[in-house]
Amino acid sequence: MKKTLTTTALGLLAALGATAAMADIKIGASVSATGPAAFLGDPEAKTLEMLVEETNAAGGINGEKVVLVLYDDGGDPNKARTFATRLVEDDEVVAIVGGTTTGTSMSILSVTEDAEVPFVSLAGAIDIIQPVKPFTFKTPHTDRMACQKIFEDMQKRGFTKVGLISGTDGFGASMQAQCKDVVSDYGIEIVADETYDPKDSDMTAQLTKIRNAEGIQAVLNPGFGQGPSIVTRNYKQLGIELPFYQSHGVASAGFIELAGVEAAEGVRLPGNALLIPELLADGDVQKPIVTAYKAAYEAKTGQPVGTFGGYAHDGWHLVTDAIKRAGSAEPQAIRDALEATSGLAGTTGIYSMSAEDHLGLDLSAFRMLEIRDGKWALVE
Amino acid sequence: MMKISPKTATLLVLTALVAITPFFFPSGYYYRVGALIFVNGLAVTGIVILTGYAGQISLGHAGFAGIGGYACALAPVHWGIHPALAVVLGAAISAGLAYLVGRPILRLKGYYLGVATLGFGILVSMVLNNERDLTRGPDGIEVPELGLRAVLKDWGLNLSNGEFWYYFCGLFLIVGAWIALNLHSSPAGRALRALHGSEVAARTVGIDVPRMKLQAFVISAVYASVSGSLLALQNKFITPDVAGFMHSIEMVTMAVLGGVGSVLGAIFGAGILTLLPQVLTVFAEYEQMVLGLVMVLVMIFLREGLLPSILRRLRGRGE
Repeated sequence: MKKTLTTTALGLLAALGATAAMADIKIGASVSATGPAAFLGDPEAKTLEMLVEETNAAGGINGEKVVLVLYDDGGDPNKARTFATRLVEDDEVVAIVGGTTTGTSMSILSVTEDAEVPFVSLAGAIDIIQPVKPFTFKTPHTDRMACQKIFEDMQKRGFTKVGLISGTDGFGASMQAQCKDVVSDYGIEIVADETYDPKDSDMTAQLTKIRNAEGIQAVLNPGFGQGPSIVTRNYKQLGIELPFYQSHGVASAGFIELAGVEAAEGVRLPGNALLIPELLADGDVQKPIVTAYKAAYEAKTGQPVGTFGGYAHDGWHLVTDAIKRAGSAEPQAIRDALEATSGLAGTTGIYSMSAEDHLGLDLSAFRMLEIRDGKWALVE
Repeated sequence: MMKISPKTATLLVLTALVAITPFFFPSGYYYRVGALIFVNGLAVTGIVILTGYAGQISLGHAGFAGIGGYACALAPVHWGIHPALAVVLGAAISAGLAYLVGRPILRLKGYYLGVATLGFGILVSMVLNNERDLTRGPDGIEVPELGLRAVLKDWGLNLSNGEFWYYFCGLFLIVGAWIALNLHSSPAGRALRALHGSEVAARTVGIDVPRMKLQAFVISAVYASVSGSLLALQNKFITPDVAGFMHSIEMVTMAVLGGVGSVLGAIFGAGILTLLPQVLTVFAEYEQMVLGLVMVLVMIFLREGLLPSILRRLRGRGE
């Protein structure tokens, strides 16, 4: 019996090892291409697969071929940790891009920090890079920055009293907390603060309460998924005339479709350059990048390009750019080069990292957009 | 020559596997997979006691794993308890809850019992997801370092993180299996197996059926809780997924696949279902399909589970 078991176990172990291949520069990735976060992870996986081909077609990095080792963690942090261990210990990659959700990113970073391998996360939470961890970087801007961008715009329009209606999901709750934290910096007061469950199908009660708040001048809806489109429709149905702001969580064509062109009219939200390549000024350094990525991605997959795939795009370019500048594919050298990234234009914004800032984006990464006739328009 | 009892044989095989396989590991990553197999194996051993011995079904055992895991994340931060004690605390809370919940629930039979335990698991998972102020919600929470590895280092035993967790979880699994095997042939174990066969017959020979069922439920809850704690401490991060419905199903599937009546069989099942996703990364998209197919085939052709059926074939051929 012992023998049978041992041979079986060994056979399985041998099968595990068989996937490792020889390569020049190995970059690892663990994203949630399936599971509940697939709508984020699937475009990320496709983007990475596309970019490795592109990089190799252009002659690789410093003349060396690049190999991408991509795993699908299904959004499970436990699996993500296992794959991160595998990437570091078994595949011996020099850097990792991935971690679609906050949970998977936190799992991966504890492995990569131990192993001293640079990791570029694709998840939103600020906890990933704050406090700064030497080997952890990330590409998406934070909720806090979205709040700041929105309040900046409100301040410009002279609003001082605003109402919040937030989803109770991870995204909504986190952004609600961040917005409340920074609002006073802009001389703005929150006069109404309501929440809804992401599965609710009607938010008129909360909106009615908000409308009746004294002196209210504008409303902000931190939320994700279909909730914000229902809020937008209810907003229109109630005939509320106050200016309405949405978050970057719904910055996609899908939102306008779900909310309806009529209801979405005049809604403002912070989005990134990838949404509006054709609206960017000709001198804009992001313009050629988003235009090229959009064209390549849409030609390759036949699906519309989205913000999340853009995060993976930026993550890949951050790493490959760092390897190029370092002139070496040693993890420590890549890390140092990543931290010295300066003025690298991506789809999300222009990255300039430092020892204190492992995100490297500022508020200019967000463009204030307004929906007009079912289309995005830039607010200057 | 002394005849080796099946219990000793099982423990010997397990210990040998834990001790010998690392010699064949090509890289540190295999320690991680091994440790995961042991953690799952521990939870599944609890399922063997509940389902294999006593014949009761639970679809909510991940709830206890969640309690064990979050105890390790929360107790050290909020009450300053050492993470090792938090494992015990989590097990105690799980046992207490299993006792309270089990009393009414275990009066139910068959799929009613399954649905009631399912409800329990979902409740735990909802609390972990929604009590944001305490658990930090769906994004998960960091778990403090156990610190045992540093202590061992001071004693001159310098293990890598992966090695440490491999042997540590392996030790837990062996102890867990030892307890389960002892239970099997004890009066309590016989009583459990008797009520599995027929509750009426068990009652007529004087077995306190509700009490025995409750005992099995509480013991298996402690197994799940400790496995959840080990997972949390090892990952140093935990999300409510650990208490999710899929994790409950996974535990039952592992046990049934390997052979729910045998401790070694169930651990074997845990091993296969932990390894498969790692082997199948090449066609990750078909992973679920392959798992489903394996499950269906085992249920049709090897109803006792993989290991017991294979052993029977081998023995049959030998005679």
